[in-house]
Amino acid sequence: MVEFVLERANYWAIIGLMMVGLYITFAARNMIKRLVGLSLFQTSVFLFYVTLAVVAGGSAPILYGKDYPKSEYTSEQSSVTESEKDVSQNGKKAKPELKEVYSNPLPHVLILTAIVVGVATLAAGLAIIVRLREEYGTIETDEVRALDEATIRAESDAYAQETQA
Amino acid sequence: MISWIASFASVWLQTHAPALIVAIPLIAAPLCVLISNGRSAWIISIVVTAICSFFAVVLLDRVQELEGVAISYALGGWKPPIGIEFRIDSLNVFILLLVTVIGFLASIFSWPSVRAEVRQEKLSLFYATYLVCFTGLLGVSITGDAFNLFVFLEISSIATYALVALGVSRDRRALPAAFNYLLMGTIGATFFVIGVGFLYAATGTLNMADIAARLPAIADKTTVQAAFAFITVGLGIKAAMWPLHQWLPNAYAYSPSMVVVFLAATATKVALYALVRFLFSVFSLEFAFEGVSFGWILMPLGIVAMMLCSFQAIFQADIRRTLAYSSVAQVGYMILGISLGTTLGLGAGLLHLINHALMKGVLFMAVAGLVLKYHGMQIRDLAGVGRNAPWTMVAFAIGALSLIGVPLTAGFQSKVALLNASLNQGLWWVAVLIVISSFLAVIYMGRILEMVFFRSAPEESEVRNEAPILILIPIWILAIANIWFGIDVSFLHNLVRNAADVAFSVESLQ
Repeated sequence: MVEFVLERANYWAIIGLMMVGLYITFAARNMIKRLVGLSLFQTSVFLFYVTLAVVAGGSAPILYGKDYPKSEYTSEQSSVTESEKDVSQNGKKAKPELKEVYSNPLPHVLILTAIVVGVATLAAGLAIIVRLREEYGTIETDEVRALDEATIRAESDAYAQETQA
Repeated sequence: MISWIASFASVWLQTHAPALIVAIPLIAAPLCVLISNGRSAWIISIVVTAICSFFAVVLLDRVQELEGVAISYALGGWKPPIGIEFRIDSLNVFILLLVTVIGFLASIFSWPSVRAEVRQEKLSLFYATYLVCFTGLLGVSITGDAFNLFVFLEISSIATYALVALGVSRDRRALPAAFNYLLMGTIGATFFVIGVGFLYAATGTLNMADIAARLPAIADKTTVQAAFAFITVGLGIKAAMWPLHQWLPNAYAYSPSMVVVFLAATATKVALYALVRFLFSVFSLEFAFEGVSFGWILMPLGIVAMMLCSFQAIFQADIRRTLAYSSVAQVGYMILGISLGTTLGLGAGLLHLINHALMKGVLFMAVAGLVLKYHGMQIRDLAGVGRNAPWTMVAFAIGALSLIGVPLTAGFQSKVALLNASLNQGLWWVAVLIVISSFLAVIYMGRILEMVFFRSAPEESEVRNEAPILILIPIWILAIANIWFGIDVSFLHNLVRNAADVAFSVESLQ
């Protein structure tokens, strides 16, 4: 049982972070805090992808040791690039041509893209918050909601007075 | 007609149309920023969307020629399944056509409306953002790679958050609406990524056709089932599937009119397409868990959406909120059609998807015309408007009748198809609920029509207050389309029948 839990330690950490992030996004009243929660949630998913890529005993997916090309400009160059392609094609299993063990590079690349998406979302969110503070003078969700309700009440009061007059 | 238009494309254009349709708006977007002149940016957006519509027609022609074989375009020469693949078949080619044509009409219509609602120095940025959003939606529709779909989904979504927030110069409530949309949308997209991660862990590939080929062997694993759940919920948020629709009413009510027209007619539709693609092409109905979730989750949610949200629409004071709740209800019809799990049901759902885009396009464009002239969004402000702006409001009435499902309109055809599909499954009570929900639509649209046409204006004025001609032309194109497709059903029926057939056929990777 303990082994079962411990050998999945990184997954537990990811699940924990994910729940914390989602909870903050839902429960926080301050908009900045909600964005922080959202970023935490996204980051936990990035960690999940990186964890997927790990191959036991594998190193970073850069050719080294016995796989290292002898010279950059010899005819071996082409065969090396061939074997590089094979790594990405076969996912986790390294092809027999490669003598060392490498991690799967594809999830890292995907997450690089996802990080950029996350940054763009965060930037858009912060920009909206800046404008929101200019308009409302607050970044607390409940205060914004109270101001909106006051607007609606004022509108309907004005209409009621108009129809009476 | 289609092959006549397509014959203008050279062989080179025909081969590279899949890449160009996404690349051209993406390149044009920074061009709009560089030019930084509102009027030129507007013209660029019209030209670009027109070119993209042309490419969509070319692709439609090629797909119809190939009859069931998908067009595969390997980006950068990297062969699928390693490289990213653009994959066009009958299921997504009509989505491409819908997005590009609606995008084109919305661009023509946008100028008077956007100029009135967005600050002058922001005009070129507005069009740049709009083109980025357009790119993203086309990318989602065209791609055959699961992770690429996420990237395009976020490209379009982030642009959409910015567009919604631009409504601030009319009403500051656009900002909280955009912020909530951003939170919900990002959670949805992240759920989708988790699902794709699980799929990758289970199959070791990201190409959708390749995933589909490898899934049946491992369908009973919990990893695959978790992936299914995460992807359905994630795309459900983006498609405003009840009860994940909370972002939609405010986003529709406070964003600039042009943005609502475009979003209502395309954004949720594209997300729904992505959902259909995953439910039918990637996963398959033969998996036991999917059949269960259709019957016990999707169908009840669809029915609740079409009843409850139609009911909520009745009590809205703001005309755009009425239409927004009605949109959620219509998404319910589509989900219901999908959840029947038959070719007929899926076809009906997809047909309603197209028709709903047509009618909501008309309705929101007419509302945009009203906003321009009357500055009031409350239904009570619209008394007697029908007499001052007959052309705008008659088109609005056609859209409203189509939404209700009156015979000789497009909405009637899709509701008949839905009734037919549910009766075919022996679900007579579902058919009864569809009819009841249509009566609710009579109430909430009737309320607006009564105010517009049968009440007299508070101050009797003979002044014509028609929407500008740039708004009237696209409105009437869409209004006539609503009637045309209500009478001549063969074109759309063929499109959706082919699409449903593709969704149900088991594809293999070439």
